[in-house]
Amino acid sequence: MNSLLFFLMVVTLFPLGLGPDPAVLGDLAPGILWVVALLSALTVSGRLFSADFEDGSLEQLAVSGHPLGLCAMAEVLAHWCLSGLTLVLVSPVFALMLNMPTSAIPALMLSLAIGTLCLSLFGGIGAALTVGVRRGALLLSLLLIPLTVPVLIFGTSAVSEAALGYDSTRWLALMAALAIMGLILAPLAMAAGLRISLEN
Amino acid sequence: MWTLIHKFGSPPWFYRFATTAIRWLLPIVLVALVVGCVWGLLYAPPDFRQGNSYRIIYIHVPAAVVALAGYYVMAFAGLVSLVWKIKMADTAMRAVAPVGAALTFIALVTGSIWGKPTWGAWWVWDARITSMLILLFLYLGVVALFEAYENQEVAAKACAVLSLVGTVNIPIIYKSVDWWYSLHQPASIKFTGESAIDASMLYPLLLNIGVFYALFALVVMMNMRAALLERHGKAAWLREVLG
Repeated sequence: MNSLLFFLMVVTLFPLGLGPDPAVLGDLAPGILWVVALLSALTVSGRLFSADFEDGSLEQLAVSGHPLGLCAMAEVLAHWCLSGLTLVLVSPVFALMLNMPTSAIPALMLSLAIGTLCLSLFGGIGAALTVGVRRGALLLSLLLIPLTVPVLIFGTSAVSEAALGYDSTRWLALMAALAIMGLILAPLAMAAGLRISLEN
Repeated sequence: MWTLIHKFGSPPWFYRFATTAIRWLLPIVLVALVVGCVWGLLYAPPDFRQGNSYRIIYIHVPAAVVALAGYYVMAFAGLVSLVWKIKMADTAMRAVAPVGAALTFIALVTGSIWGKPTWGAWWVWDARITSMLILLFLYLGVVALFEAYENQEVAAKACAVLSLVGTVNIPIIYKSVDWWYSLHQPASIKFTGESAIDASMLYPLLLNIGVFYALFALVVMMNMRAALLERHGKAAWLREVLG
């Protein structure tokens, strides 16, 4: 519920900052929605492992004999369902608020679905590396932003091209490739990162 | 050859090697730097289109080239540290990060200074400039991660993982920014095309690139010596070397 309110408030801030002109907002809508997705992924990722780290259950998971990478993936996917997928489901509402052409809404939802998965996976890697660190949230943002730039670029390109009437499959395919790469490599990186953080 | 590589892993050997290298090579490299800069800034001919304002290329391009290469040096050091658990590789990684960040910053600033008379703007969101900016963030991320951990060994492992993740991403980032730019290319920016550069301008540029590489290696070695002094301050071999 909180994340939905966050989305709504940030989407409201943009017209307040940029002016209410529908044409301008419509042009900028793909970018705005994607930046909102990115910001929410950054804030959510910071909290991915911290609760488990604080109460010691992360250590228990690490020594339990279950593959740590899979446990971390389960955590990441659960968080994705709560943050990324909810954004996908409410994104048509925001798209209408920002006067985005309705023809682009399917591309928007699909690109957000794949893209937020990528963002959650990269966020998981960053969170695994910074979980025990003081002021880790700021550091996490610094680490994550370069890694998530391709996702942002592909996502906005997909939606912008769909808004112009072109076929956006190639951008979605690229994002799917990133997602697959993330699904395969993120468990390894997260397990390594979590073990490093637990050693600290 | 493997013995030589393993020797680099020994702090006393490396410290002596670095001291000798710096003592002999630093003056030569500094002289070469002065030669390269004077040649490029004073003696190379002015450009047909840009006049004399192109001369900042002799600082800008070497800095950019070495900044890009430096990231891979850092990532490779991280790989060596994670796989073979050689502590000197940790020290090397820690030494390279701020130097690489500084070089990226220099490249961005000199590029911006070059852009003002040439393109009329201090900053443009061009594909290469944006990629360099993201490279700066990657470097600063590694520096920040090193500072965040108290335990040095754990910090080095975390940074090694981060550098490797960044390495996988650098080609992706570069390509995606390229595609982003070609989609949104603003019509008003005209590039001086990649014309074949004349020999009279090329040689000082190559000299400066070589000099920057050498300077990079020397500065990293200086940083590593400082780190070794800090870490092994009371060791017997160090007290012997310092006299």
